[in-house]
Parts: sequence; C-alpha cells; structure tokens
Amino acid sequence: MNINNYFRLIIPSHSRNEAFARAAVAAFAAQLDPTVEEINDIKAAVSEAVTNCIVHAYPDKIGDIEIVGRIIEHDTFYIRIKDKGLGIADIKQAMLPLFSTCEEGERAGLGFAVMESFMDKLRVTSRPVKAGAAPSGTSVIMTKRVTSRYE
Amino acid sequence: MEIINSGDSLTVMLSGEIDHHALLSLRGTIDAQIEQHTPRLLALDFGGVSFMDSSGIGLILGRRRVAEGYGGKVMIKNASGYVLKLIKLAGLTPMLMKQEVNNLL
Ligand SMILES: Nc1ncnc2c1ncn2[C@@H]1O[C@H](COP(=O)(O)OP(=O)(O)OP(=O)(O)O)[C@@H](O)[C@H]1O
Ligand SMILES: [Mg+2]
Repeated sequence: MNINNYFRLIIPSHSRNEAFARAAVAAFAAQLDPTVEEINDIKAAVSEAVTNCIVHAYPDKIGDIEIVGRIIEHDTFYIRIKDKGLGIADIKQAMLPLFSTCEEGERAGLGFAVMESFMDKLRVTSRPVKAGAAPSGTSVIMTKRVTSRYE
Repeated sequence: MEIINSGDSLTVMLSGEIDHHALLSLRGTIDAQIEQHTPRLLALDFGGVSFMDSSGIGLILGRRRVAEGYGGKVMIKNASGYVLKLIKLAGLTPMLMKQEVNNLL
C-alpha cells in the first residue's frame, strides 16, 4: 500500500498558533498509528520549529509560516516548516546544543537539539537577509519513521 | 497554575501545555511571587503538565536565575514521562527532587 497523503498549512506567526500548529500536525500524523511517545516527539519537534519562526525569523513583525506534512513510504512522516524571515548566518553554529542568539528572552538553545534527537532526520537550509534582496528565510525538514502501535 | 507558599518554600503547580506562548504569561506571575516571598526553596511541580518543549527548560533556567538572585534554590518536582525525557536531554537531572532521581534508576 502506498498512500500519497499530504497537507499544506499557512499560519501567521502569532505565538498563540504554536498550540494549533502542533495539534494540527499531530492529528494528521495520527493516521500512521504512532505510539503516544512518537506523537509527543513529533509535537515537540514541530513546536520547536514553529516557535523559532515566531521568535527568530520574525522578531518584530508577523509573517507567514508554511507547514507541509506528508506520509512517505507508508510508515514515515515528513514535515517541512518554512518561513521567509531573517534567516540564519551560520547554520552549523545555530544547531549546536545550548547555542542561542536570544539573551533576554531566556531561550535554552535546545530547539535544534530536540528536533535532532526526537526525529530521525533533520535538514536545515537558510539564507540570511541581504539588503535589497527578497528574504528567502529558513526551511526545516524532518522525517520520522513511525512504528505502528498495532505491529 | 497554583502557587503554594509555606514559609521557607514556594511550590508552583504547573499544568497544561508549556510552550513559548504559555511562558510569556507564566514568567511574570512566578517571578512576582519569588520577589514577594524570596523563598529558600522554589519547587516547580510538573505533575499536571501534559506537554512541554524547550520553552519549559527556559522557564526552569530563568526561574533559577531569579531565585538564586534572592539566595534561593530551585528543584524540579513530579517530572515523569515526556517531561523527564526533556529534562534529561537538557542535562537538568541534578535539579530533580530525590524521589525523581529514584524514578531514573
Ligand atoms: N527560523 C529561524 N529563523 C532565524 N533564525 C533561527 C531560526 N531557527 C533558529 N534560528 C537561530 O538558531 C538559534 C538556535 O535555535 P534553537 O531553537 O536551537 O535555540 P533557541 O531558539 O535560541 O532556544 P530554545 O529553542 O531552547 O528556546 C536561535 O537562537 C536563532 O539564532
Ligand atoms: Mg528555539
């Protein structure tokens, strides 16, 4: 069986949408019959990526966040979270555990560490904003193989 | 959220989902209590927490900074399951109360 199922969701970067985004993604991923722990892993990873868009990509304005979810190879969940915000100058450094550019906002610098350890794969592409050019922002792609709880 | 003040210690009973949005209002409420009571021990009780992400870790670290400013200390209470998984990832197991440490073994 090869289910080709996907969704595409666009939300403005209001912090109250964090709960909505992870609940919506969890509801879609539920068709893979994940365990409670797997659903929590997916919810936390989505929450991290969406919060990063809200806090870091659009620090002083509201911009769009695009979330695409997909079922691939009938047991793997794919998610892409994209913004058109400020971008990341040094991705390697940003992904280091405990690294955060946010001092006064009391961020732990663990967002990417959570995504990396709770999902199977994490890929980040980003381009920092340049004066004159259209902002291209950041894209976070994650996949996780889900073991059906009926297996 | 419920806050119990018992002289030396202040217990904050957290509940629901702790994310960046929730943190925006939680922070001020807890800090006002710390400033008012300057507890020797601040216990953050995660028993009623159904979800949290790294914002919950930021909440712990931020309150630790504030409480330590008044000479107090912060402990984590009733962390289990998913909350515990995050606390371990963040390397905050030394802040767990004794019974939580037993749960780890
Ligand atoms: N979508 C984004 N746009 C711009 N910068 C980003 C984005 N996502 C992450 N960053 C940068 O990468 C850094 C690390 O992100 P990470 O999520 O690991 O930590 P944090 O957000 O600072 O703290 P925490 O997630 O623990 O609250 C951020 O401080 C920020 O500088
Ligand atoms: Mg983050």
